[in-house]
Amino acid sequence: MNNLIGSEGDSQRTLYPYVTGTSVVGIKYKDGILLAADMGGSYGSTLRYKTVERLKSVGKHSIIGASGEISDFQEIMRYLDELILHDNMWDDGNSLGPKEVHNYLRSVMYNRRNKFNPLWNSLVLGGVKNGQKYLGTVSMIGVHYEDNHVATGFGNHLARPLLRDEWHENLTYEEGVKLLEKCMRVLLYRDRSAVNKLQIAKITEEGFTISQPYALKTFWDFTAFKNPTVGAEGSW
Amino acid sequence: MTASESMPHKGGFSFDLCKRNEMLAQKGLKQPGFLKTVCFDLLRNNDLGYFYDGVILGADTRATEGPIVADKNCEKIHYMAPNIYCCGAGTAADTEAVTDMVSSQLKLHRYHTGRESRVVTALSLLKSHLFSYQGHVSAALVLGGVDVTGPHLHTIYPHGSTDTLPFATMGSGSLAAMAIFESKYCEGLSRDEGIKLVAEAICSGIFNDLGSGSNVDICVITKGKQEYLRNYMSPNPRTYISEKGYSFSKKTEVLLTKITPLREMVEVIEGADAMEE
Repeated sequence: MNNLIGSEGDSQRTLYPYVTGTSVVGIKYKDGILLAADMGGSYGSTLRYKTVERLKSVGKHSIIGASGEISDFQEIMRYLDELILHDNMWDDGNSLGPKEVHNYLRSVMYNRRNKFNPLWNSLVLGGVKNGQKYLGTVSMIGVHYEDNHVATGFGNHLARPLLRDEWHENLTYEEGVKLLEKCMRVLLYRDRSAVNKLQIAKITEEGFTISQPYALKTFWDFTAFKNPTVGAEGSW
Repeated sequence: MTASESMPHKGGFSFDLCKRNEMLAQKGLKQPGFLKTVCFDLLRNNDLGYFYDGVILGADTRATEGPIVADKNCEKIHYMAPNIYCCGAGTAADTEAVTDMVSSQLKLHRYHTGRESRVVTALSLLKSHLFSYQGHVSAALVLGGVDVTGPHLHTIYPHGSTDTLPFATMGSGSLAAMAIFESKYCEGLSRDEGIKLVAEAICSGIFNDLGSGSNVDICVITKGKQEYLRNYMSPNPRTYISEKGYSFSKKTEVLLTKITPLREMVEVIEGADAMEE
């Protein structure tokens, strides 16, 4: 009963997030799944940490990307590492696929929310097993679904419209990366907590790779930016 | 005579000087003519340096009342001046009222100065009105037009702040539309490319945002010309219309027609007194 709402129990529950990561965007492509996330960890309105890896691999077949409270993501990684370890200990030749990991995460998130002590994250979970591609998302209250392209946070408002227009079956790796970069660039322009240092993670039947951190090119040379008061000098 | 001289004027034409004018005309004074009420556009003719420049405004056509669609095909692109149009997001009454008000003020200003309205004039009038109401007039506007100084595009927020931008979006669908602009906008678009881009951005709002929907309106303003393309795209038609149509039941058979005139009920009493007390 300690976890119910009450002043004594409050110190034991997550009430608000502190160090947060912003959006994660994921798409299915020809050979597997591509995930993109920047490396920023904001502390309220300060950009406190700029080398936070928000994309991690899970077992042999899956990758996870998280937005929201970073410490809760680290906790989730501990749970998942334990899950994978126990699965390996069975030594039965079977390994947990992305669908199973997604289901596990869904249960964890939903049960935590039911106890009014959520893990303050929105997660993207993708992977390939036996040729089957899987991409899904779970939110901090347990809302979950799978789709050909998913995003968390601001990505839902800015990246999903672009993906709905331009995603198609059998994107090549280069096309997929280009599409993700397009989404991340729009997020960089329009999300205040975005930072220009991102990583792209890939998972295929062969395995997991994650890129080195890199920055996107931005364009600021519009004439209206350079000379906004043309025709009305002195106005603003 | 003396009484009328001491009373003050109460409006209307003052005939005081007519006798004197007549007397002067008889003596040979030429009276000045009347001013024409046609406005001359004092644009200079140096069109050599100007590019094919303009502004393209777009809007969806859905008006909502909470979760309900109140108007499926409303007009969100408001007329301000022949060369200036304004898209309005926010409370519909506020956007209508504030654009109408500034449009009238601009017209009076045009008569007063004899010149084409400038976009910055509309901008200043709108922003000072909205600021004085401290955000309670919930109108978020995208103002665009072409005047002597060139093409202009501005956004105006309900509290009265303004931005001058190469491309702008407002409203609930603004993020979806902005995603399209940020990824596809570049300078030097032609008229058709521009219309296509704006229509694409509005469609992005229509399909990805619940507060936007129905059709796309476009308004193209260039130097000396504007085109208001109402319902430029209708990507949400009624998909199923029954081929059979509707059949209403047969008209009722007429059995009998009888006209009964109303009888007159007036009784005239001769010689009676009008009202006996």
